[in-house]
Amino acid sequence: MPDYQIVVCGSVVPDPLQTLEPVSGPTGPALKNEMMLPAWLDPWAGHALYEAAHLASHNPGSKVWLVALGPKAKLQQVMMTLAQKAPFELIALDGSASGFTDATETAGAIAEAIQAIPGIDRTRLLVFGGWESASRGAGATMQIVGELLGITDQFQGVDGVGIGVDGSLRILERIEGGRHQVSICEAPPVVLGWATGDLPEPRNNPQVGMANMRTIMPALQKAKPTKVGAEGVKFLSVSLPKQARDTKIVKDLTPDQIAAEIVEWIANK
Amino acid sequence: MERPRMDADIVCVGFGPASGGFLTTLSRAILNPDGSTAIESPSVPGLPLQVLCYERASDLGFGVSGVVTRARGLRESFPDLDPAQIPMAAPVASEKFLYLLDPVGASRRPALMRLADVAIRALGGILRVEDDAMELPWTPDFLEKHDGLVLSIGQFNQWVGQQVMGVAQIWPGSPVEEIVVEDGGVAGIRLVDQGVAKEGKPSDGFLPGMEVRSALTVVADGPVGPIGRQLDKEFGVPDGHQTHDWALGMKFVVDLPETCELEPGTVIHTLGYPEPEIFGFFYVHPNRVASMGIFVPSWFDNPARTAYRYLQHWMLHPAIWRHVKGGRLRSWGAKSLQESGRRGEPRLVGKGYARIGEGSGSTNVLTNSGVDEAWTTGVLLAEGVLDLLKQKKPFTEENLESAYVRRRRESWVDKEGRIAEHARDGFQRGIIPGLAGMMVAGLTKGVVGMPGKPMPPHQRVPSLEDYYRGRIAPEEIQAIRKESEAKGISVHAALMERAGWPAIPLDGELLVSHQDALLIGGKVHAPPGYADHVEFLYPRECESCGSKICIEMCSGQAIFPGENGRPAFDREKCVYCGACLWNCAKSNPQDPKKSLIEFHAGAGGLHSAEN
Repeated sequence: MPDYQIVVCGSVVPDPLQTLEPVSGPTGPALKNEMMLPAWLDPWAGHALYEAAHLASHNPGSKVWLVALGPKAKLQQVMMTLAQKAPFELIALDGSASGFTDATETAGAIAEAIQAIPGIDRTRLLVFGGWESASRGAGATMQIVGELLGITDQFQGVDGVGIGVDGSLRILERIEGGRHQVSICEAPPVVLGWATGDLPEPRNNPQVGMANMRTIMPALQKAKPTKVGAEGVKFLSVSLPKQARDTKIVKDLTPDQIAAEIVEWIANK
Repeated sequence: MERPRMDADIVCVGFGPASGGFLTTLSRAILNPDGSTAIESPSVPGLPLQVLCYERASDLGFGVSGVVTRARGLRESFPDLDPAQIPMAAPVASEKFLYLLDPVGASRRPALMRLADVAIRALGGILRVEDDAMELPWTPDFLEKHDGLVLSIGQFNQWVGQQVMGVAQIWPGSPVEEIVVEDGGVAGIRLVDQGVAKEGKPSDGFLPGMEVRSALTVVADGPVGPIGRQLDKEFGVPDGHQTHDWALGMKFVVDLPETCELEPGTVIHTLGYPEPEIFGFFYVHPNRVASMGIFVPSWFDNPARTAYRYLQHWMLHPAIWRHVKGGRLRSWGAKSLQESGRRGEPRLVGKGYARIGEGSGSTNVLTNSGVDEAWTTGVLLAEGVLDLLKQKKPFTEENLESAYVRRRRESWVDKEGRIAEHARDGFQRGIIPGLAGMMVAGLTKGVVGMPGKPMPPHQRVPSLEDYYRGRIAPEEIQAIRKESEAKGISVHAALMERAGWPAIPLDGELLVSHQDALLIGGKVHAPPGYADHVEFLYPRECESCGSKICIEMCSGQAIFPGENGRPAFDREKCVYCGACLWNCAKSNPQDPKKSLIEFHAGAGGLHSAEN
């Protein structure tokens, strides 16, 4: 069985249950009360992490790292919950994780951190991440990370990866029409930008949490300050999709009635 | 599937101010200044003392409340405390009490209060009556918080969590199901099972809750936590112990309008409106944000009592509305408060366990203070635990009694708690005896008080028909009841409007429907794979209940009329306030001291750390 080195790139985003409001801060655009908003691991990166942990658990000798670039205090907060989900070693970079960063600068810092992992071996290296982000959404960061690491086998919108008897990787990539393109990649290194995969969020496991925490706190303490704010860039305007709430309680409607009501609601907007 | 097990040295149940005080004090002693181990772990030799804290909510500081506190205990722990380092914290700048008159004519005021209202209005020019409110000329010393802090406990808890993490491990999203009882003591805890269906049966991804063994279990799960109740059941309670006094605190966190001139640190207390039994609070944080809300006490004998609707009427009072009109709802939450104070003190220690915080009876019901007291009980326990660890003494009941309970008895928390013990008894007989009793108890240092016997709801709350006698005919109440059951909604809105309360002019910004408050302010979250934590033990008994206070008082409309009028529970709306635990109008057939509702450990709830 192959023993992989799986590096997951993922950071924090504001809890999707929160109300987000862009404001102009002293260093450019920001979210109102950003440091007070609860945070969570970017859901796309979350899928990548859970897939990585699953792959590692089925391939003894494999190891998972999580390279996370975000405000140190927020990373610490998120780790308290995330650390119980899957075994990993954290590599923390202390910088902005807002929606107003530059994908190239972010990717540069991440690639540098990956290259600095002691004992990293390109022949065993799988670089995972989200193909999208809940806060940045450039869709480019993982591709640039791959380029900077010189990894040419890159796949985006990945929903599954299987290991062949010859050690090759069988990768499912989303394509138009709700279908998957199947690619066979002979061997690592490879970059996989995950879509959703098909694994549920793992249950909290206190033993995993205790083991992770022994490396998480030292990693946070030595987190390197990292600038990814695209200094000098001027944002001409920032907006969020307008929210509309129209709550009512109805019972026993048929699916057709519900659909008709939604169509009518949309038509009137 | 076999239940997994692991060992630690100290396990803490719940992360609030009490655990904050405990972990802050303990964590400072576990490591030396150079980072080396000062106290080695007996369970994992070679490592520092292994201290774990399991918190039910999805993150630190979720689902708690904003306060004004004198912060005596907090400042002892942090002598150089700079409020600017804690988001939403501000030193108290001014404090006043407002007596609110009734601007709509629907409030049920006793005759004496109505007479007083007439006199106040007549003498308005002399008494400085403005916006239907009179500022009380004097605030008793025992109520003053002038040297304290306005805090968001959510933000404060997160700040404390950041200080102690690394030395202690705090794990949110980890409800504790029960204690492990062994050899007449507590040997650890068991976390809730995951991957179960709503009725608790194993389902997809079933993972039995981990058993965590520890030499000491610190129980700080607050007033409605199931572990405290389990301890009471297993090991009994002291003579005279009672926990019938409660209140539900419900609040909004509001972005104040640009026109609001209130300074950060402004504290306003109110009484008199929307009902005489309901008290209000208004605390101004930095950056034009305020925490504002009401307390609905258990001695408010309205079977259709509701915090949300009354909170909106309170906010619309001219004396409050002038400050918030044009503002915007930012967050919302609710929390039960154990108001029996020291009389609700359980057995504080036993073999392998100790109790701290609100659930240990630390709240002072005379000074209306709980956070500072809870924090201090945690500090006192940590000091005692460190003594025992240094002396290599086991956590027996006798040793904990000597190391912790003795400290607590000598502390200001206990001394002031004794003064407050009977301060609120008068409220059992009404608002006026209550206020008089509190004043007398405060001025005489607890020597004199007004008598009154706290009772559970089934012994004191009248039927809807009796409560609305003379205002709404029984036939009309029955019709409203039936119509509401058919719609699956509570009855209080229809009854209140029929009794003269105006409709709420919803504006979608500050005045929003109860359901929208769940979305806009509460951000309620129910992670999958956990069982329902509210259980109706005798559904047939519930069918015959004419009041169903559990439905009316539910903060998130998570309890609603279900099949055959039985209350039903929707976990996805529960904010975990625990009001259902003490708002049941029926006694338990097997234990008359209890109700028909069980409130188990559960995951999720509010998703906001601004409360």
